[in-house]
Amino acid sequence: MPDDTLMAADAASSPVCREFTVLELRRTGLKADLASPSKDGPDHSHWLLDLEPPADFPGEGGWTPGQFVMLRPVSWAFEPLWARPFSICMLERGVLRIFFQVVGRGTRAMSVLRRGDRIVVWGPLGRGFVVEPETPTLLLAGGIGLAPFIGYARRHPRPDTLRLFFGHRPEVGEYPLDLLPQGMAVEASRQTCAEELACFVGDLERRIAEYAGTDGLILACGPHPFLQAVQSLAVKHRARAQLSLENRMACGVGACLGCVTETTNQALPVKVCTQGPVFWAHELRLGVDLGGNQADLGGKV
Amino acid sequence: MNPAVELAGLRLKNPVLTASGTFGYGVEFAPYGDLTELGGIVVKGLSWEPRAGNPMPRIAETPCGMLNAIGLQNIGAHRFVAEKLPLLPWAEVPVIANLYACDVEDFARLAEYLAGQEGVAALEVNISCPNVQAGGILFGQDPGQAARVTRAVKEKAGTKPVIVKLSPNVTDITSVAKAAADGGADILALINTLSGMAVDVRTRMPRLANVIGGLSGPAIKPVGLRCVHQVSRAVDLPIIGLGGIASAEDVLEYILVGAWAVQIGTANFLRPDTAFRIAADLPKLLDDLGVTSWEEFRGALRA
Repeated sequence: MPDDTLMAADAASSPVCREFTVLELRRTGLKADLASPSKDGPDHSHWLLDLEPPADFPGEGGWTPGQFVMLRPVSWAFEPLWARPFSICMLERGVLRIFFQVVGRGTRAMSVLRRGDRIVVWGPLGRGFVVEPETPTLLLAGGIGLAPFIGYARRHPRPDTLRLFFGHRPEVGEYPLDLLPQGMAVEASRQTCAEELACFVGDLERRIAEYAGTDGLILACGPHPFLQAVQSLAVKHRARAQLSLENRMACGVGACLGCVTETTNQALPVKVCTQGPVFWAHELRLGVDLGGNQADLGGKV
Repeated sequence: MNPAVELAGLRLKNPVLTASGTFGYGVEFAPYGDLTELGGIVVKGLSWEPRAGNPMPRIAETPCGMLNAIGLQNIGAHRFVAEKLPLLPWAEVPVIANLYACDVEDFARLAEYLAGQEGVAALEVNISCPNVQAGGILFGQDPGQAARVTRAVKEKAGTKPVIVKLSPNVTDITSVAKAAADGGADILALINTLSGMAVDVRTRMPRLANVIGGLSGPAIKPVGLRCVHQVSRAVDLPIIGLGGIASAEDVLEYILVGAWAVQIGTANFLRPDTAFRIAADLPKLLDDLGVTSWEEFRGALRA
């Protein structure tokens, strides 16, 4: 079995490593800017980071939604050590936009970037989501998993065929839903307790069953438990679904082997950075019991 | 000055090689620089059969370093030769195969197969990986075993140089280095990773599924320098130094304490053009420091 089996959409162009310049860092949900980083307790703030690419970085047609970049401010020296992977939220008109949440040391350090700071960026990396312009497509986003779908929807030739079902815990105003194309169907659902989560999973199943029944396409990105739930429901309802994984990475180029995941059709673990991050749901082993149903889906996708 | 260097018949355009396990099979880094501008490429450790490696999580970030317990996931020697080697510009840049096996006989079989490939310039024997159950570091911690493995590989390597990669996880690295020399090693490479661990006080879990892993990155450079310094004074073999090298200045630090060449490891992860940038930066730094020959500079530590 080839090491680099095509699992989802192929990369649009060859990646490069370049230094970018910070144009703007804006906190979402609050009126905050570069001069006033988050001050409120445990920081799970959300940010939009705009970077100016050099002229020879792949432009608007040179990437596939669902692809990502590795990003490392020059000022980090050796601490933190690794770059961080981020979905490409937008790459338009000479601006690379990243949407991120503060979750650890790296993203906290990124939340104090200033205009003019230099950032090493390599990408576009990995394989993105498939695009089927005429197929009704359901986008399932969990929290920060919204990021790649902004680019997906903006690049899609028929955004009227898309519907976003978005689960989140922080207030919906933390998320830049205004960046989605006008007229696209969007449903947001907040979960703050176990009962609301159970209700959300029920809604999720109804939508997945609906799209499976009409041979629609389902694309998902979000936290691991969210993806496990989507995978389980997609297999149960025999839906065509792709999942974008967010595994920890050191290099992003297929060298460190720290981001691997197991699949049903490869003998060795596959590299999420280069063979993903997007995979067909039935091909992944995410640690949920699929009841043997995944094998039946092989001919359906 | 011309940065070219020759070690035991291995001719390098410059002393900047890449370290096994940090540069994939080489092809992964082709978009980020010209592979032929490197001194050499040491590819991901190869076993006879493909290996799946250890469970996840198997990497963790630590202060100025990283821990890994990959467990030598690799596609196996045959697939490497069939699928990866033809993609590398091996006629223009030495490609060095790193070998891993669980016993002496397997090491010999692997050495014979890989040394027989035209595109393989040298063999690097991994007797220092801390992340595998059998073989690995156990060979590298016992001088007698280190000599036996080296001898077995050397017998099958034909004319190709044999590099033995040593572990710092020993009481006296010079005794293992001497044993490898006695076994017929042409070149020594040191150091491999330091055994370490990281824990999470919130989950009370180790950060690696394997609990213990190998520490690499800038945090270990002082240990690497110390080991090269000690071994270069104890053994009369060319040494390839590695451990925490991230700049041309780091390269010269290693050469100053006795290394002939170096390998860039974890710094390849910090940005994928690191090794290319270091190779490009080196001539200017040599000129700035007034270095006119490697013979003049190598081991010239004022101590």
